[in-house]
Amino acid sequence: MIKVENITKQFGEDEVLKGISTTFERGKTNLVIGRSGSGKTVMLKCLVGLFLPNSGEIFFEDKALGEMNNEEQNILREETGMLFQGGALFDSMNIEDNVMFPLRMFSDKKRPELLARVNEVLKRVDLENINKKFPSEISGGMKKRVSIARAIVNKPKYLFCDEPNSGLDPKTATLIDNLIQDITKENDITTIVVTHDMNSVMEIGEKIVFLKNGKLVWQGDNQEIFKTDNTDVTDFVYSSDLFKKIRDIQLSEN
Amino acid sequence: MKYLRDIGSYFLMLKKVFSSPTKGSVMKELIFKEIDDLIIRSLGIVSFISFFIGGVIAIQTALNLENPLIPKTLIGFATRQSIILEFAPTFMSIILAGRAGSFITSSIGSMRVTEQIDALEVMGVNSLNYLVFPKIIAMLFYPFIIVISMFIGILGGYLAGVYGGFTSSTDFILGLQDNFNSFHLVYAFIKTFIFAFILATVPSWHGYFMKGGSLEVGKASTKAFVWTSILIILTNYIVTQLLLS
Repeated sequence: MIKVENITKQFGEDEVLKGISTTFERGKTNLVIGRSGSGKTVMLKCLVGLFLPNSGEIFFEDKALGEMNNEEQNILREETGMLFQGGALFDSMNIEDNVMFPLRMFSDKKRPELLARVNEVLKRVDLENINKKFPSEISGGMKKRVSIARAIVNKPKYLFCDEPNSGLDPKTATLIDNLIQDITKENDITTIVVTHDMNSVMEIGEKIVFLKNGKLVWQGDNQEIFKTDNTDVTDFVYSSDLFKKIRDIQLSEN
Repeated sequence: MKYLRDIGSYFLMLKKVFSSPTKGSVMKELIFKEIDDLIIRSLGIVSFISFFIGGVIAIQTALNLENPLIPKTLIGFATRQSIILEFAPTFMSIILAGRAGSFITSSIGSMRVTEQIDALEVMGVNSLNYLVFPKIIAMLFYPFIIVISMFIGILGGYLAGVYGGFTSSTDFILGLQDNFNSFHLVYAFIKTFIFAFILATVPSWHGYFMKGGSLEVGKASTKAFVWTSILIILTNYIVTQLLLS
């Protein structure tokens, strides 16, 4: 479980996060949604420690991030997996070494043992026999799956995903969404996904946090989001004709 | 003000490079890879340039010897002095600021653009130590390149001088041995170590702290080359003033 208490983040004069408080529960796929520039990625970067909030506190299982000593922070790093928007795979390493990287950093086991775990997670994301390929030799969807494999190879307690299905075709995007949700359930981890993709919201949004201009304006789940009267949320959700039609059908059925 | 902030940021970077070391087994691999990228792969261009510049120095010296009282041994002497004191340590470093420096900036800059540096940080890796420290260690082998450059430069001078008909083999070798001061080699290698550190760290700073997309990677590489060259020239002047005057 991750609890966020009143965090703010400023870049110069520009206040990007304005006092956000919420809780992301364990075993659930938590979504942070909002329009581009609403502060989603900045919030995610605060959660993983890439940015330091100007004020407020982030708690990992009741332990404040700001009060952790170096050793506790290292343990937290080991328990954290992250899927970056572009995959962020290391170009100079093949797929096997990319996935093995976090294991090598945190474990003293010999290569054959590490390789067994690498093959296990690559199989879990339906990627086999690509161990020796380089990131430049595989497709965008495969890169995302390799990146998921790298994020979960250390059996993390927290999984962070930054726009996991951006740039993917709808079918691959759904596959990635389902994979993230399945992994969350299987390993009982706290997953936070930053997205602006409404298909993801419908597919995997067990808890949804909606940000607008750096403020949390609504939170709920993927059933409640279609019933809310919050105009900020409805403007976002029904910005496409498809979802407007779905809403009209739902209203007529009711 | 911006320059002061950049200088401060460079020294803060150096402090972080030497803290929170990466795991030994991983670092060992990185160092070997950097030695290959920065040292071994530079040998071809270094040898090519050194050979022909050595030849040109010998020919130009010979063509300027109009006074019959000046001995032909001066061709070997001038070639040796030019190559050992300036060409190999200083100008080869400027050439490598273009080759190795641009490579360092663009490789680190690309990692910044594609969030690979963020990925390292999220995994708890001190990205500066991981990326820059192996380059500094690899550049400790930089004097090896300079020795090769000195040898091939003088060889080029010998071949151009003797087989071009400007001097005899005996005169050239006598000139090489004439009035040899071993401190000049010490001076050349002190400079080389300082330049190696500049070559490893200044382009790294430009790559690590760049902002923007792939276009900015190219701009950062150009800036890195310019600033590395400026620092090498300035340091060369200061070290020469301190050690030789």
